Amino acid sequence: MKILHCPLNGPRNISEFVCGGEVVEMPDPGAATDAEWSGYVFGHENARGVVREWWFHVPTAYWFIAERDTGTDEILRTFPASHVFGRAPP
Amino acid sequence: MTGDYRLPPSPEERIDRSRTVRFTFEGRDFEGFAGDTVASALAANGVSTLSRSFKYRRPRGIFSLSDKDTNTLVQLPGEPNVPAAAREIEDGMAVLGQNYDGSLKRDRGAWIGLFSRFLPVGFYYKAFYRPSGAWQRWEPVFRARAGLGAVDPAAEPGRFDKKYGFYDAVVVGAGPAGLAAAATAAGAGAEVLLVDDQPAPGGALTYARFGADRAPQEEALRALVAAVERAETIDAMFGAVCEGRFADNWLAIVEGRRLHKVRARQVVMATGAMEQPIVFRNNDLPGVMLLSAAQRLIRHYRVRPGNRAVVATVGRDGYATALDLLEAGVEIAAVVDLRRHPDPSPETSAVAERGIRVIAGHTPSEARKHSRSGRIRSVTVSPIIGAGKFGTGGEKIACDLLCMSSGHTPAAHIACHAGARLFYDRTLSGLRIDRMPEGILAAGAVNGRHDLRGVIAEGRHAGRAAADALGLEQGDAPPVPADSGRKRNHAWPIFPHPRGKEFVDFDEDLTVRDLTDTVHEGYAGIELLKRYSTVGMGPSQGRYSAANALRIAADSAGGNLAEAGATTVRPPVTGEKLGVLAGRSFEPVRLTPMHHRHVEAGAQTMAAGDWLRPAFYGPGADRDRLVEEEAAHVRRAVGLIDVSTLGGIEIRGPDAAAFLERMYTFAYRRQPVGRLRYVLMCDAAGTIVDDGVACRLGDEHFYVTATTGGADRVYREMLWHNAQWRLDVDIANVTAAWCGVNVAGPLSRETLDRIAPEVDLSSDAFPYLAVREGRVADIPARLLRVGFVGELGYEIHVPAGFGEALWDRIMEAGEPEGIRPFGVEAQRLLRLEKGHIIVGQDTDGLTTPMEADMEWAVRRSKPFFVGGRALDVHDRNPLTRKLAGFVLSDVDAAPPEECCLVVRDGEIAGRVTSAMRSPHLGRVIGLAFLPPGDAEPGKRFEIRRPDGRTVSAEVVPLPFYDPDNARQAA
Repeated sequence: MKILHCPLNGPRNISEFVCGGEVVEMPDPGAATDAEWSGYVFGHENARGVVREWWFHVPTAYWFIAERDTGTDEILRTFPASHVFGRAPP
Repeated sequence: MTGDYRLPPSPEERIDRSRTVRFTFEGRDFEGFAGDTVASALAANGVSTLSRSFKYRRPRGIFSLSDKDTNTLVQLPGEPNVPAAAREIEDGMAVLGQNYDGSLKRDRGAWIGLFSRFLPVGFYYKAFYRPSGAWQRWEPVFRARAGLGAVDPAAEPGRFDKKYGFYDAVVVGAGPAGLAAAATAAGAGAEVLLVDDQPAPGGALTYARFGADRAPQEEALRALVAAVERAETIDAMFGAVCEGRFADNWLAIVEGRRLHKVRARQVVMATGAMEQPIVFRNNDLPGVMLLSAAQRLIRHYRVRPGNRAVVATVGRDGYATALDLLEAGVEIAAVVDLRRHPDPSPETSAVAERGIRVIAGHTPSEARKHSRSGRIRSVTVSPIIGAGKFGTGGEKIACDLLCMSSGHTPAAHIACHAGARLFYDRTLSGLRIDRMPEGILAAGAVNGRHDLRGVIAEGRHAGRAAADALGLEQGDAPPVPADSGRKRNHAWPIFPHPRGKEFVDFDEDLTVRDLTDTVHEGYAGIELLKRYSTVGMGPSQGRYSAANALRIAADSAGGNLAEAGATTVRPPVTGEKLGVLAGRSFEPVRLTPMHHRHVEAGAQTMAAGDWLRPAFYGPGADRDRLVEEEAAHVRRAVGLIDVSTLGGIEIRGPDAAAFLERMYTFAYRRQPVGRLRYVLMCDAAGTIVDDGVACRLGDEHFYVTATTGGADRVYREMLWHNAQWRLDVDIANVTAAWCGVNVAGPLSRETLDRIAPEVDLSSDAFPYLAVREGRVADIPARLLRVGFVGELGYEIHVPAGFGEALWDRIMEAGEPEGIRPFGVEAQRLLRLEKGHIIVGQDTDGLTTPMEADMEWAVRRSKPFFVGGRALDVHDRNPLTRKLAGFVLSDVDAAPPEECCLVVRDGEIAGRVTSAMRSPHLGRVIGLAFLPPGDAEPGKRFEIRRPDGRTVSAEVVPLPFYDPDNARQAA
């Protein structure tokens, strides 16, 4: 079983985690066309190579981001979501 | 060959002669000693044939004397395919051979061997693919004939379990390399697990002969074992198989009925190597075995493997075996060396000194069987005149034992599981691993090292390297001496015979011809060759066939052998029982704090998500009547239901209202403190995924409920969204910290008034859709006026520890009103009468709020909410279905089952999502998805029942009960 390094909890068995899919930036809902919005919701890249993915540590309810090579299944690094997402205007 | 083949006692033996064990084989009584395996006990009694082969049903006997080959798989009562060489005998054990009709000796099905030339590889595909249906007719015939043991469905599988382990280093294999590695790593301070499939440590040291004299190796073994025993940080596990290495050195180790899941920071692979057969005509006869099998019989079990032996070899180990056989009282007819010029060695000298005849540059080319016993009777030894070719003028030598080896293949499964591949190394004339994966170290024979000094040095080196990698030891590891006598495999130990039957794969009865034919049919690549011919696909997984199959494949295809790689090696290493994989199941069940009160009241429980909930109270046979009575009591008086399974999520912070506005479809900014409001959640595609209520307890504090099954998902989604939005809120899942009940019915206020004196329950002070905090029966509580069941009602939420007390106090307080508990079934009926949906039952994976007629709960003017943009897209497409209420036209009709189809003109037009008999209306009511044009009140439609009959229904306005909501707002 793979080990995933959680930024909050350290190395844990991957069975403690749930993958939340690729990190995709949401387009501006006001400006996006229907096709662009559908692409955001359904049209995932599923590329071979290094991708950024959401991962969730279930016991501690913690979301973070992992960079994983989908070709080799190697997890290159993990970091808190705040490194990517800043504070949004309310 | 029958009689007593047991040798005099020796200190090395693994049997306990003080304890005789009686068992039967094929109905005949036999005796062995404690510690004997089925195979060794039968060999001691002179039984040669243990089973029959899979395809041609040829008699088979001991081949490797390990659990790794298929020749000696036997049947035990309730347990098929037991490796006879790995299972110890027990008193009363009834053992049978496999793959025969009638008896093992006289198989009525063995005629099939006569037709072998009409049964080529791919026979089934070729002969039965048409006419269509032919395969269906023939398959049962083949299945019955095709081999392996019989499963007894009634057999009691026993109890299996799992255990977890964590070690700095796991050393797999307790031979000389593994023992040295374990002691060295432990000496540096590592926590070590040493695993071996044998019952005792030592590996090849316990049976093989390193040199003409065994005394030095016996001394080496004592020293290695003593060092391991002295080490305080070594756990040793014998009789356990490391079946697989998975990501990040997660090892599956099977020890009997226990699966150890072990995490190793470093793995030392000291798994040794597997001897390889020589391929010649009838090389599968009982009495033809690997060198190491004969040595194991002699040393471990003190069994004389035969009376007169021929030893066929490509190195010094054949000469060593000849010395062992001689010591065991076996006459050596000849040592046949496939090499033209054997290297001189102490073993060859010792053989020469004893006057044993050595025939160099020759090979066995054909074995013949004894007509009665089926065992080998003689072997023809012929001169080798080229790669894979033998010349005329062979000599026929009488023997009842042929020990053979053409070299070794590394048992590198663990490295292969980690991504290494075996390839054909020309200098070695055999298979080798291409690279060692990270975190795995190899030592000894698996690394191609066979000289004892070198093997032990490699073990120490690997143990030290593991300690280095763990950061326990600094400095250089001890050097490994150069390999003096590097053992070479024979480059071409395959000798096709004009009359065939030279077996490359014993599992699948594949001969040289089968494989060359396969290549000529175009299945040239090794992976294709494997799949079409099935070479290497039997229980031994190519251990004894991969190298030879590779040679044949590369040669027949005219390809480059050096470029050819072996097929992918995957776990498990040996056969695993399904029970080991399944283990004991772990399915957590959640119980509410009042659960025991429900059980005491005779509740029938049902699963709801992870929870157990009361379905109704009373005997299961009275279900329909009880559900109706419980529902009617809520309508008439007062009922009590446990709603603790509802999700509870606290949202706190300056952005709490803004957060809810984004998460849910409704509006919350201007929701007053002390009021609650319906919440409906959509996903990014605009599909309804959950609902509940949001109670505003303060300007910056909401208490939100979620559905029983959806709570965890809702909480997870909230956290995920806010990981991106970064709103200033704290989100806490308090589902387990709180519990709750719903006191519902026209008399609920009377009941509660007695125990909640601090809370003004009057309609003016505490109206419908209000929320209050106060004390109920002296318990701090949140009171919610909700209307799920459509009557005056109060949901009372209290900290979980008070749940049972709350239940008891309310039941006592409600005695004058005749309060009675009601279950989930009655609640479903009551809510259906009110036309409330249940998310997941009345909605599916595509249902939008528009389809569910819930646009009233969607505030489209908000700048953003999850799913809002998708609803805009949906708006631009015509609605394809709508959820509508219906009644069955026939008042006496039984309710249709959920998911029954709505049919119009023979086409599917929709489906029923809920349907129950309403005691209030005296007829069947329900919800169904209908085409929008048919969802208008007064329209009629047909529902098809599972038996094909249809029933008429009519669309009616919702709700079915109390359309003015006067009762719930009372």
